[in-house]
Amino acid sequence: MDIKVLGPGCAKCKKTEKLVQEVIKEIGVDATVEKVSDMMQIASYGVFGTPSVIVDGKVKCTGKVPKKDDIKNWLLNK
Amino acid sequence: MESKTTQPIQGEGKTNKMIALNLLMATIGVYLWWTVYQVLPNLSKWLTYNLLQIQKGSHLGSSVEFFFYDTPKVMMLLFLVVFGVGIIRSFFTPEKTRAFLSGKSEFVGNIFAALLGIITPFCSCSAVPLFIGFVTAGVPLGVTFSFLIAAPMVNEIALGLLYGLLGWKVAAIYMGTGLFIAISAGWVIGRLKLENHIEDWVTQSNAANLTMEEEKLTWNDRIIYGWDAVKEIIGRVWIYVILGIAVGAGIHGFVPEGVMASIMGKGSWWSVPLSVVIGIPMYSNAAGVIPVVEALLGKGAALGSVLAFMMSVIALSLPEMVILRKVLKPRLIGVFVGVVASGILFVGYLFNIIL
Repeated sequence: MDIKVLGPGCAKCKKTEKLVQEVIKEIGVDATVEKVSDMMQIASYGVFGTPSVIVDGKVKCTGKVPKKDDIKNWLLNK
Repeated sequence: MESKTTQPIQGEGKTNKMIALNLLMATIGVYLWWTVYQVLPNLSKWLTYNLLQIQKGSHLGSSVEFFFYDTPKVMMLLFLVVFGVGIIRSFFTPEKTRAFLSGKSEFVGNIFAALLGIITPFCSCSAVPLFIGFVTAGVPLGVTFSFLIAAPMVNEIALGLLYGLLGWKVAAIYMGTGLFIAISAGWVIGRLKLENHIEDWVTQSNAANLTMEEEKLTWNDRIIYGWDAVKEIIGRVWIYVILGIAVGAGIHGFVPEGVMASIMGKGSWWSVPLSVVIGIPMYSNAAGVIPVVEALLGKGAALGSVLAFMMSVIALSLPEMVILRKVLKPRLIGVFVGVVASGILFVGYLFNIIL
């Protein structure tokens, strides 16, 4: 599974990345997490707000720190 | 099939109970809030003069009393305002705002953009993707700017605090003039036809084609959203609030009555531009500036100069410029700063003249 966390590096973006990492460890899925902080790249995904989470090319959330349960859902029933 | 038809009904009964419970807790909460709010003046006096034994009428005494009074007061107001704003904001998303604005003609678009800028939730580091999203979706540049200017200029938390600390007139003036600046500045930028001063990669990026399924929020979700806003925002701004109140307390206790009237008063023509220049490098946020504003007004500073100071602290911050530089060429940033600063100067002079 390929997960991207988009965000220029503000506190919310860092927290989102940390949560995603935690959930991956907890449920033990095989996934790579990439933090995208370059504005041009972020823009190319067409999201409006950061932090955003993209799982296998699908935008799962934008503009807020997701809840742990939400992340679990994305990773388990993708 | 059967389980599919029964489940939503069960779910509904559960959420109805949750709503009732939440309403009950909210009522008790508001009552407690109000009771505590009422005893604050006496509590702060008691803490200062009885517990700490500071002499009544001394400089230190009035500073400390201001601090003990304003800290819980601002925190409590902040709590209520952020929670309320959080719930209102759960009805708005940047995606909806963009869809709404992309079909609007220019002048009407500026007005709607400014109004939506106040309530649409986005954090300042999202300004760039948001800007790109708007521009590539065909929202006119000037309308986009009305949105981007109104968002920090008319801060809904500042609005709530001003209402609580200084009354509805000041709050209304702040909102009215902020909207006026956002609408007119966006309109002027639109007239200047500066589309070619956006960085090239922005217009080349194909960002507009994303569609996301919309989230369905229940009232329970919205209340949680409000709570999250309280935790997030108060967790971030409390330090600014304390610092702001400490500065305000110092001004309140130690600055003599007439001094502010001569520096930030009506009589001196340079007080408004000076307030703007002092405000730009001061990076604070609305919640931290307002206790300072409260103390300055108390010492005889003119409302126009104080408004100008407050608006430049909130709306013309250097970090914001650095973020915007990624998408705007220097000339367009210059125009942005120039137009917003003129708007602030205009508001400052206007209120010094008419009030």
